[in-house]
Amino acid sequence: MNNTTVWSDPRSGSQIDFDSFTHLAQTAERGKFDFFFLAEGLRLREMKGRIHDLDVVGRPESLTVLSALSAVTTHLGLAATVNSTFNEPYEVARRLATLDHLSGGRAAWNVVTSWDAFTGENFRRGGYLAEADRYTRAKEFLQTARELWDSWAPDALPRSDGRFARPGGIGFFEHTGQHFDIRGRFDVPRPPQGHPVIIQAGDSEEGREFAAASSDVIFSRHSKLDEGRVFYRDVKSRLAKYGRTADDLKILPAVTYVLGDTQEEAEERAAEIRRAQVGPRTAILFLEAIWGRDLSGYDPDGPLPDVEPDLSTDVSKGRAQFRRDRAETAAKWRALAEEKNLSIRELVIETAAPQTFVGTALSVAAEIDHFVQTDAADGFIFVPHLTPGGLDDLVDKVVPLLQEKGVYRADYTGPTLRHHLGLKELS
Amino acid sequence: MSLHLAVALDGAGWHPAAWRAEGARPDRLFTAGYWADLVIEAERGLLDWVTFEDSLSLQSSRHDAPDDRLDQVRGRLDAVLLAAAVAPLTSKIGLIPTTSVTHTEPFHVAIGIASLDYASKGRAGWRPRVSGRPDEAAHFGRREFPPFDPANAEFVDALFREAADAVEVVRRLWDSWEDDAEIRDATTGRFIDRDRLHYIDFQGEFFAVKGPSITPRPPQGQPLVTALGHATKPYEFAAANADVLYVTPTGRDDARRITEEVRELNPDLKVFADLVVFLGDHKARLDDLDGAPLESDAHVFEGSPAELADLLLDWGFEGYRLRPGALPHDLTAITRGLVPELQARGAFRTAYETPDLRGRLGLGRPASRYARVS
Repeated sequence: MNNTTVWSDPRSGSQIDFDSFTHLAQTAERGKFDFFFLAEGLRLREMKGRIHDLDVVGRPESLTVLSALSAVTTHLGLAATVNSTFNEPYEVARRLATLDHLSGGRAAWNVVTSWDAFTGENFRRGGYLAEADRYTRAKEFLQTARELWDSWAPDALPRSDGRFARPGGIGFFEHTGQHFDIRGRFDVPRPPQGHPVIIQAGDSEEGREFAAASSDVIFSRHSKLDEGRVFYRDVKSRLAKYGRTADDLKILPAVTYVLGDTQEEAEERAAEIRRAQVGPRTAILFLEAIWGRDLSGYDPDGPLPDVEPDLSTDVSKGRAQFRRDRAETAAKWRALAEEKNLSIRELVIETAAPQTFVGTALSVAAEIDHFVQTDAADGFIFVPHLTPGGLDDLVDKVVPLLQEKGVYRADYTGPTLRHHLGLKELS
Repeated sequence: MSLHLAVALDGAGWHPAAWRAEGARPDRLFTAGYWADLVIEAERGLLDWVTFEDSLSLQSSRHDAPDDRLDQVRGRLDAVLLAAAVAPLTSKIGLIPTTSVTHTEPFHVAIGIASLDYASKGRAGWRPRVSGRPDEAAHFGRREFPPFDPANAEFVDALFREAADAVEVVRRLWDSWEDDAEIRDATTGRFIDRDRLHYIDFQGEFFAVKGPSITPRPPQGQPLVTALGHATKPYEFAAANADVLYVTPTGRDDARRITEEVRELNPDLKVFADLVVFLGDHKARLDDLDGAPLESDAHVFEGSPAELADLLLDWGFEGYRLRPGALPHDLTAITRGLVPELQARGAFRTAYETPDLRGRLGLGRPASRYARVS
């Protein structure tokens, strides 16, 4: 569930006002971050047939707000999550190319796919994909977008001596495939980066292959040191068969952090944040998502329900698969609750992912560096728990320590996102 | 009487050879700075709004297919994103991008324009545009269009019915969050009051959309919807769905005839006339460069700012959308020549009065159609 953002904190500001986005992006740029990343959700989540009302909800269209942010930043990469199921290649390719032009080569695209008819109800193309077709469509979508970006020669527009364009250089394309059968003239000149940076979050076998074959960045969920290393080794080892090297694909786990003046203070704060993230009603909803039943009659501070999960129903809609095997999860949760004598809420807090980095600025900086030096990650995507101030202390306290160590840039050394990430320039 | 003045931005200007005009900057056409300079200049001139042209096909001298001309501007940027990129650099001027309602998903349009309204703090508008071009449809491959023929009434009629449905969906989505839907109620742990979020449940001839929007209600409630029309069908579309209609009279009598026709359809619709303007004598040279005199759907004006002011006051529209023949020359001539001329005649504002775009036209902020009357 998307309950990471704590809105009950008095410092929590608007999640939709442009000033909040400006603050976050400018803070990230002050910290010399590679990019600012926006997620996407094209239908409001529902629980038991009603719109979920406990978490922060209401977001802008990613590419529009990133374009606006390009005007108030100068180097920061701008990464948009754009669904390949409820869009068409011509439009997505031109919008990403536009962002790349407007930002002078700072655009990135997090390619996601959904397959649910639930989200499809908001779109005229409607319908949905068989789960097995998700990746074939995503692959063909990305391939088609690349063909469109390549349809303008880099030197297509001399714009001199009465000649705006060069013969044969502008926009011819033709794509015939399983999902797309399109042809004509693409209407946006080649983006400054050639192709925007491609991000993928796939974690399944198929997802890892897709990323190894065609992504520049993996947005990974493996934020623990050991599993991070395993994932890192696995994915990097897949690159060679696509003629790519380990440097061609950056692995960036999503991480959270909590700072304190002492380790104890940081841990106390982290516990408080988790309690705020999992309120009494949120705890019941988490349980209901696994149990597939209405559990609203149960006391969140009491023991787990004695009824067994109903696996025939799915009460939760509109977000990534929560748990693949609910029966197994339920059994595990029951065992854990019995072993540690946990209430429902305590159990959910316990099982919800703990913050990745908790400690003093010094210890967090050391831990971040350790992850990267020991091949658990090439970097991180920080998910702040507060809007808009959630990156402030990271940038003010941790970044300078990393810079002092010489393991993080003191300043940007080039204009494009591809350059920040150390990716090869496209010819 | 005080006029409303908008400027239509497109490429290097509305003359196909404008990129070769003196002062043109064809090398910067695809940069944010080029557009920012133009919009900031328009705001300096206190103009009501700028529009950004767009389509989902390469510019062409033909109506039905791409051409092979290499001596005119080809290529453009997405208009919504262009408008968003200049939003933080300006504070008063309205920003109105064009989008297709034939191919673009209404849901994406609704959240894009709403997001532009947030980024500009209440200055967003929208120009929905139909496209009947078969080559544009082939870029999407979802359906086949018949060969281009404006006389194909059945086809044109269906395009406009579909456009009307798209605008209806977009407007419902903008209203689908009531203004006070976000409650942040610590006692109950609720961030929103879901009773103030609404399914729009649109079922039409062409598509269905469930809602609600993922974006809260935009600052203006309903961003300004504007449409361009040259004939009865689009007039009817605008009368039923838009706040502003741009028309293209050829002269004073035609202006009167169009105004009467539109008034009859919807007396509240704001009617602006479109004019291509050359403030100076550079048009002839551009015609020579292009190899033919400029052809336009709108009246082409050539002359001095004072003469243009005469025409605007004589034709009698409440507002005009001026299409500069060559940029930046004709835009600067509007802001620094025409505007002072009109101000001297008491026919144009000397300062922006309202921060939002709707207010500039005297339109209030409408309540959400879903808000319960209490």
